[in-house]
Amino acid sequence: MRFAVPSNQAKEPDMQVTMTINGESVTKECEPRTLLVHFIRDIVGLRGTHWGCDTSNCGTCVLWVDGEPVKSCTMLAAMADGREVRTVEGLEQNGQLDPIQEGFRECHGLQCGFCTPGMMMTGRWILDNNPNPSEEEIREGISGQLCRCTGYHNIVKSIQWAAEHPAENEVKA
Amino acid sequence: MTAVEEAPLSPAGNPIGFGNMKRVEDQRFIRGEGNYVDDVNLPGMLHSAILRSPYAHARIKSIDTSAAEALPGVVAVITGKTLEGIPRPSLLGDNFAWMPTLSYDTQAVLATDKVRFQGQEVAFVVATDRYIAKDALELIDVDYEQLEPVMDAKKAMEPGAPVIRDDKGQTDNSITDVHGHKTWESGNAIGTAEAIAQAENDPNCVVVTQEIMYPRVHPAPMETCGSVSYLDKVTGQLTMYTTSQAPHAHRTVYAMVAGLPEHKIRIISPDVGGGFGNKVGVYPGYVLSVIGTIVTGKPVKWMEDRGENLMSTSFARDYHMTGTIAATKEGKILAVDVDVLADHGAFNGVAQPTNYPAGFFHIFSGSYDYPHAHCKVTPVYTNKAPGGVAYACSFRITEAVYLIERLVDCLAAELNMDPAELRLKNLLRPEQFPYTSPTGWEYDSGEYEKTMRVAMEIAGYDELRKEQEEKRARGEYMGIGFSFFTEGVGAGPRKDMDILGLGMADGIELRVHPTGKAVLRLSVQSQGQAHETTYAQIVAHELGINPEDIEVVHGDTDQTPFGLGTYGSRSTPVSGAAAAVVSRKVKERARQVAAAALECSPDDLEWELGRWFVKGDKERGKTITEIALLSHGSLELPEGVEGHLDATAVYNPPNLTYPYGCYICVVDVDPGTGQVKVRRFIAVDDCGTRINPMVVEGQVHGGLADGIGMALMELIAFDEDGNNLGGSFMDYLLPTAMECPTYELGETVTPSPHHPIGAKGVGESATVGSPPAVVNAVMDALAPFGVRHADMPLTPANVWRAIQGNPIRVDMAVE
Amino acid sequence: MQTPAPLEEYVRATSVADAIAQLEKYGEDARLVAGGHSLIPMMRLRLARPEALIDINDLDELKSIKVEGNEIVIGAMVRHREVLDSPLLFEHYPIFRECEKVIADPVVRNRGTVGGSYCQADPSEDLSALGSALRGSVVIQNSTGTRTVPMREFHFGPYMTQVGDGEILTEVRFPIRPGAGSAYEKVERRVGDWAVTSVGTFVVVKNGVVEDCGIGLAAVGAEHFCVPAAEEFLIGKAPTEENLVQAATLAAEGCNPSSDQRGPADYKKHLAKELTLRALRRSVQSSQGA
Repeated sequence: MRFAVPSNQAKEPDMQVTMTINGESVTKECEPRTLLVHFIRDIVGLRGTHWGCDTSNCGTCVLWVDGEPVKSCTMLAAMADGREVRTVEGLEQNGQLDPIQEGFRECHGLQCGFCTPGMMMTGRWILDNNPNPSEEEIREGISGQLCRCTGYHNIVKSIQWAAEHPAENEVKA
Repeated sequence: MTAVEEAPLSPAGNPIGFGNMKRVEDQRFIRGEGNYVDDVNLPGMLHSAILRSPYAHARIKSIDTSAAEALPGVVAVITGKTLEGIPRPSLLGDNFAWMPTLSYDTQAVLATDKVRFQGQEVAFVVATDRYIAKDALELIDVDYEQLEPVMDAKKAMEPGAPVIRDDKGQTDNSITDVHGHKTWESGNAIGTAEAIAQAENDPNCVVVTQEIMYPRVHPAPMETCGSVSYLDKVTGQLTMYTTSQAPHAHRTVYAMVAGLPEHKIRIISPDVGGGFGNKVGVYPGYVLSVIGTIVTGKPVKWMEDRGENLMSTSFARDYHMTGTIAATKEGKILAVDVDVLADHGAFNGVAQPTNYPAGFFHIFSGSYDYPHAHCKVTPVYTNKAPGGVAYACSFRITEAVYLIERLVDCLAAELNMDPAELRLKNLLRPEQFPYTSPTGWEYDSGEYEKTMRVAMEIAGYDELRKEQEEKRARGEYMGIGFSFFTEGVGAGPRKDMDILGLGMADGIELRVHPTGKAVLRLSVQSQGQAHETTYAQIVAHELGINPEDIEVVHGDTDQTPFGLGTYGSRSTPVSGAAAAVVSRKVKERARQVAAAALECSPDDLEWELGRWFVKGDKERGKTITEIALLSHGSLELPEGVEGHLDATAVYNPPNLTYPYGCYICVVDVDPGTGQVKVRRFIAVDDCGTRINPMVVEGQVHGGLADGIGMALMELIAFDEDGNNLGGSFMDYLLPTAMECPTYELGETVTPSPHHPIGAKGVGESATVGSPPAVVNAVMDALAPFGVRHADMPLTPANVWRAIQGNPIRVDMAVE
Repeated sequence: MQTPAPLEEYVRATSVADAIAQLEKYGEDARLVAGGHSLIPMMRLRLARPEALIDINDLDELKSIKVEGNEIVIGAMVRHREVLDSPLLFEHYPIFRECEKVIADPVVRNRGTVGGSYCQADPSEDLSALGSALRGSVVIQNSTGTRTVPMREFHFGPYMTQVGDGEILTEVRFPIRPGAGSAYEKVERRVGDWAVTSVGTFVVVKNGVVEDCGIGLAAVGAEHFCVPAAEEFLIGKAPTEENLVQAATLAAEGCNPSSDQRGPADYKKHLAKELTLRALRRSVQSSQGA
């Protein structure tokens, strides 16, 4: 069950921001201080990206800006103006789940699901840069993101699964 | 009880019964399509923020909200004074400024007279967006008169200590429970004291006493607490989307607090981003979102910051324990006595069954066979956040297990005996079950030694000890730590267990549609435990319906029957049993219908998975799908059979279930820096029947990380001025993937004899069982330095200080 | 979630000169934002409330790592990850990789910048220990020109640097020292945490004697993140264990740590010695192997 985005902006938003989100150009109004995570969630309405702390420690807000995972709570929407953003909603391509999504389901890499979008975005990036990461490289790669449910064991396995099952258009090194 | 057989597979490849099955709920989560409370946006919804006290103890002289009210976008600013002016038609007080806690104490919704902990709720702003609500907080001017805070629990009862709860007319900081007790005892005080005195005077015996603190920690689920409340003034219906582990219990509490008619309250717990006990309590923020909608007529969303979550919502532990263990020199344990100073914070807000004011702490006698045990717990108020029972603790069995497992290791050190050998000497034996413990628990089943041997086998225990010896000779320090724990979960039998008078039984409903597809409606609430998958498996196991053909509905009080919710590892022991019982009711009704259709006596029918058939004529039978249609059709049914297969049940557990396990942790310690590396973690759990082993193992993995976190880094300490020193994720450290090893799991299966499918529950086993394994491992590594004990968390600083013979006092600021 | 206070202006600088012009235009209430990983959390907690933010992420002129003459030059907008991955830096000083590997976490390192870390000047900043150890310098530019400030004169105190209003740190420079061995040691409570104590060192051993060395320490209250007395002791001596221990002892004596939840002062002082010794040993070893 999903709900409509409210249209009760209190005051005149004072800037316009345009970015490409999951391949689509999006222009919206916001304040200069609006955080990217709030822009994506509350203004654009893509709520797969979460937030979980105030100090850039938890990583539930991780999405990609210009091809790299970043913590979207630590970036203003204005700073992403003109840039390319990819969120969890952009993992699935043409109705095909990304191997990282399949991996998390295959290997029970999630429980409550809250950290999962951020973990998958970083997982995808790890594999894009290193198709055969070691366990240590995977653990280090996700070390800026916290999970309270899985103890990380199955998150590591999920990313390993995705490495072993690349999509057809991925080149297996 | 038979051993688990391999279940046949459904057309979708799922087990029609128990076995590994991929989770139904993952389909939405992996697409970013989960729906958490902050994802809920209602038309016209307003946002809110809470102004919190910067002081731990201060008198409020005045609050000026005028500047905040004047800020464009601010809709309402509410203070304690506003709440005092709203009459409340309920038995629990005459206005909204105070609310009852789950332990029959009172807690301020917004402070009126004093603030009693740093982070306490002082004012509530409702605004058109969340940024403006935060802006408005800065414009509220509160004039405080600072008072001396009580931060050290050990000084709370000293004469002349500042009195925290003067609102209740108290003259000291003692806590009195609903039965009028100021201390809580269990076990045989005289017998235990005599046994210890005897041992002290016996040259063949030893007595070891150790102070052991379980410091204050926090469940810190990745999603903070929050709610969206909407009161429809026309219909009088209050709808509340909220992060709740117990939607039905919360509905009843809101009915009591707000004086709203319960049938007009609908609580919806959508996807919950982790709970671990943090989402059991009823917090002022939730209540304020309700008040916000009452005042504004609009939906009001309240979402905590991480700081608010860590500083104000339910903490866990904060138990100062002194344990004394007596044993023979051969290592036979004789008696254990425990004295506890319990820090409950400023309001007694512990969430536990009424008759158990120290929770189930008195299960501390553990997994061992000895006759004498006694504990005395003295609770006190301090100027800290309320709570105490949370973080996967099984109602304080975490503290109990930590205490006894540390004491056993201290005893082993005293006796110079291998801690494994000492445990094996004292473990309960299979023939002793059902076993009544010295403090009155009836353990249902167990083969403890077998489980311990499996763990030692996986660990390669003898080789580890050899390796340790070689390393020590080289000046390297590795440690091996054991924990053998017995849990008591599945609260609980109604005659003994209630929360605020609500008996801890769980309702369930099963509907079987004409085409044989089914809907199961649960009272319990998943926060990641895979209920949508595992409950379908239970029904599949009982009725032979494909699990993909069973929809599991939960998290909406209008859609599900009453029950107490998910915490204390109670879902599988209570609601899991209810799912089996309600399925069996359906099965029995199906038998009547099948008999009518096959024109035979119900007694002539025999069941095989998914089908009733005539004894001796296997071809003549009806599948559950066929029977479902028949039950809705024109078939003439026997007298007394109303038609349809639907059934309801309420499960009142006859006893708790007692999952148990043996954990072994291997660490490497760098004595030059005090750094600890967890190298291996072996966990063998016996939780009885495993419905979905993949999910069980996932639960264990998470709990092991909790144990590593608590043992090594998680901590909420306070300085003497009352400042919370763990109020953000920069200071409250959770383990990352780098601190956690790849876990090595094993299992034994000893079903519960009283549970319909023999399952015992496992949600908290690893969180309960793992901290002592880590601490025991570190202490084992430090044994050559003469270190016997240091309190958690064993940060590098604390380990180094322990080696210097001067471990850190962890509950106060590091000096 | 915490949210920043109202922000009047957000502008993108198009060049260093433009950034400086913007800083002058908005005055003391303006701040530059690079990676944002110190500033934006502080804005969310409302500990920082700039009225104008000048985004310098487009300044490609500040994004290179190169050798100029006898110096390595790192642009202010170089991200931590680029330092970590740079073969050039690793070739000259392995300490760069060792140090960057323990700074924050990989996702933060994708955004956080070298210039940002130096300007934030956290007393626990690892790059400050590294910079002081290598006796680097920073280049600061304003509308009248540039000036070069040695790292060991850069800080006025915690969070306070020589970068004034209307100024921008554009690059950091490190002298190349052929044959130098270097190492970084850090104790943290958990991966990604700020240092309890960290120490970076380089040593050049020639003909069995320490020809040059540098010791930088973070989080222990060492003025300018260094203790010159320890270096002076070691230079000209043989890198024997005894001498290294003495240098490490002097380094610890020159620290003035305070107690906090990361650890008590006595422990940090101990670590200053222990980590200095460990880093020196490894630096000596790699210099001798070079």
